[in-house]
Amino acid sequence: MISFDNAAYSYGGAELLTEITLRLVPGSFHFLTGPSGAGKSTFLKLCYAELLPTAGRVTLFDREVRSLGRDDVARMRRRIGVVHQDCQFIDHLPLAANVTLPLTVSGRDGDPQDLSDLLGWVGLGALADALPPQLSGGERQRAAVARAVIMGPDVVLADEPTGNLDWEMSLRLLTLLVELNKMGKTILVATHDLNLIRTAKAQVAARVLRIKNRRIQLAGADL
Amino acid sequence: MIRAALARIARRDRAADRVVPTSGPTAWLTSFTAGAMTFLAVFALALSLASGRLADRWSEALARTATIRISAPTDQIAPQTQAVLDLLATTPGIASARAMTDDEQRALLEPWFGPDLPLDALPIPRLIEITEADPGFDAEGLRQRLSAEAPGAVLDDHTRWRQPLVVAAGRLRLLAGVSIVLILGTMAAMITLAANASLAANAQVIRVLRLVGARDSYIARAFVRRFTLRALAGAAVGALAGMIGIAFLPAADAAGGFLTGLGFQGAGWLLPLALPLLAATIAFVATRIAAFRKLKELT
Repeated sequence: MISFDNAAYSYGGAELLTEITLRLVPGSFHFLTGPSGAGKSTFLKLCYAELLPTAGRVTLFDREVRSLGRDDVARMRRRIGVVHQDCQFIDHLPLAANVTLPLTVSGRDGDPQDLSDLLGWVGLGALADALPPQLSGGERQRAAVARAVIMGPDVVLADEPTGNLDWEMSLRLLTLLVELNKMGKTILVATHDLNLIRTAKAQVAARVLRIKNRRIQLAGADL
Repeated sequence: MIRAALARIARRDRAADRVVPTSGPTAWLTSFTAGAMTFLAVFALALSLASGRLADRWSEALARTATIRISAPTDQIAPQTQAVLDLLATTPGIASARAMTDDEQRALLEPWFGPDLPLDALPIPRLIEITEADPGFDAEGLRQRLSAEAPGAVLDDHTRWRQPLVVAAGRLRLLAGVSIVLILGTMAAMITLAANASLAANAQVIRVLRLVGARDSYIARAFVRRFTLRALAGAAVGALAGMIGIAFLPAADAAGGFLTGLGFQGAGWLLPLALPLLAATIAFVATRIAAFRKLKELT
């Protein structure tokens, strides 16, 4: 689904990630951890082709990312739901329009009932007409999850999805991601919240990856 | 491909339209630029058409006539005039020829010498007016025959002073054409700048759209459609204002000469109506190029 073959990424002469070999198989649940600035966001951007590897190969759905045109990248991104650290909404559009944006740009009409169900599932049923700046941090994060899954993507990537949330809200968000995984979605969550990872491992067979010295390694039982 | 793109522009996509914020200084800037430039283009177009008509009229009027001037001793004028008229009667390409009467010649000279000109007492040359047939006569051959039959006869086929007038009118027409091209080029440049400003101001919107899987063509279309319609509306107002301005110019008359002939005639009034479509096409192409270039920079 997404695979890295000895991939590396450098910027301005500095190597941020190196010797990454990894496969995200369908239906898997991975956490990616490491200290701030370790390269978690950079790794996620490589996963949805916002960045291209400077060495090695990254393959999305059996296609090497460097061979993809801009339209190909757009089509790939419709199969990958991303929950960004800063959520990234269009502020002048109401929440419902932001959540359905992936459908809109791909020329598909969403079923209003499905949208209503989805917003209810993330606990935002009453806020469909609210503008993003009117939402709290937790509401924005849940809206980002809703937008990430509305296309029924094969993969969901989440970058510090609980970074701005209290513990109760973090657990609620984690539950959403676990439910998605149980529906067969491949999940990759970048976080430095070890408590969240321990809680998740009690609910789902999650593998934990750690970025250390610019390399990704499988974390041990110390987590 | 362009036709399909234009069809998509014409078809309203409310969802795509909403994605880009509607307000902003680029909105009125685009409409104003298109309107002002189209207003100027209407006048340049009128100038081009008027100078074209003038060139045609001068060419037509002067190309069909010629004059033979007979300068000879007084007692030789009449025989040489008759000899020339006989010669002209047998010259191919000449529809008619006649010697101007004393009264006609006096009328020609009256503006300079007054009404009491003693024509008989002055060595005034006799003028013969020639009207050309179609095709015209061989001027060089006629000159040679005249020098043999009537040594005092000089053919003036108006070429010497007709040509500069026709060239001047042609240049004026060219200048007007260049002005139209420059006006439209300036419009394209201004709309490109406005589009770039709008794209830069909406960089965050574009980034979000790319991240959720929007293709460049989808994003570009939202901007291109808006700029095309703004340019079309602005140019329509500018064209209408220009046409009203032209319509209120004084009517063409002989005394006014060129200036009062600066307008549209007949089907020429339809030409300014094409300018808004041209402006919209320019806006479409300029915004589309700017959008795709900017999109590659932004995402």
